Amino acid sequence: MKEMLMIIMAAVLANNYVLVRFLGICPFLGVSKKMDSAMPMSIAVIFVMVLATAVTWPIQHLLLDPLGIGYMQTVVFILVIAALVQFIEIFLKKSMPSLHKALGVYLPLITTNCAVLGVCVMNIDEGYTLIQALLNSFGSGVGFMLAMFLFAGVRSKIEENDYPAPFKGVASTLVAASIVSLAFMGWSGMVDNIFK
Amino acid sequence: MEKKSKLSIFTNGFIKENPILVLILGTCPTLAVSTQAVNGIGMGLAVVFVLTCSNILISALKKIIPDNVRIPCYIVVIATFVTIVQLVIKGFLPSLDKALGLYIPLIVVNCIILGRAEAFANKNSVVDAALDGLGMGLGYTVALTLMAALRELLGAGTVFGVAITANLITPFSLMILAPGGFFTFGCLVALVNYIQMRGKKKKEAKELPAAEEGGAN
Repeated sequence: MKEMLMIIMAAVLANNYVLVRFLGICPFLGVSKKMDSAMPMSIAVIFVMVLATAVTWPIQHLLLDPLGIGYMQTVVFILVIAALVQFIEIFLKKSMPSLHKALGVYLPLITTNCAVLGVCVMNIDEGYTLIQALLNSFGSGVGFMLAMFLFAGVRSKIEENDYPAPFKGVASTLVAASIVSLAFMGWSGMVDNIFK
Repeated sequence: MEKKSKLSIFTNGFIKENPILVLILGTCPTLAVSTQAVNGIGMGLAVVFVLTCSNILISALKKIIPDNVRIPCYIVVIATFVTIVQLVIKGFLPSLDKALGLYIPLIVVNCIILGRAEAFANKNSVVDAALDGLGMGLGYTVALTLMAALRELLGAGTVFGVAITANLITPFSLMILAPGGFFTFGCLVALVNYIQMRGKKKKEAKELPAAEEGGAN
């Protein structure tokens, strides 16, 4: 139990995917402008991350490793994720039209989100069991959501201020991200010590 | 579509459409890898290889690949070359493999490569696509190495592992951690914006007197 909590806490705070590991920056910079688009995007990311792990982990351990073709990992994973996203979209369209309407635009974007492929590859590299891998994926997704929310708030404050013209747009966003990321660095020692 | 000279296709990626600093593509590996100048070059060259090869292959196959399933086809092509790079780096440069780690397989989802395949390679000849891939890749490498060298100098006092200010002042180690990455990147983007704005103003200043003269006549 302690170990599980530690995996989740580490994934959400200390190793935050966006602010510490630099994965999924593109949607982070693109979608975090407004709170109401940050929400469905983050939910879609959590959803796809957990499902992708649930599919790619067995593929790696039951298919690629026994056959000795571990080097096919990258090719297989990206195809599986792309197919999975496509499948989820079709499924949602048929069975849950309201949810599909809310998440619709964001789902295809997730295929090229490096955070999803990143979490799948990392789960294998770290040698997690299936349960640990799923927890790690869930935690990483929640971490993404947390970063998105915090940052959407910071960004809406920035927009109202006056600052030098060359910093308009992406540059100011990046500098703001640097400050938010500074705040997250405070967690890095904490998670290990809480559970000691 | 207007015909562009071979040279302008090649240099396009360096300055005017630099993938990192102007187009802001492929940010994730840029931020993560740019802690040491050596890593910047390693990552950059890996991207040059994948980008050039995938551009050539996609351009050569553009008539065969059906339009509806082109994106999955591109992804397979790109993933194949990424796997080749991954195995080569693992085999010959184990220290670089350790430094880049997770970010080598993630070249697959680097928006630059898919972006160039979609925007350039599937519309142009093989030679043009190869030049575009090389130019874009080298532009990426130069920007990445520059940023990595800057961060290494500020954060560790060295460039390419050679001590420069390391013995003189205590390095500001925050620069090689995550916040420093965002900060350096933000400042470089602002610098490029500033240069572009000045260039535009100069152009306008030049055009303005000419226009006034024309009006007087």
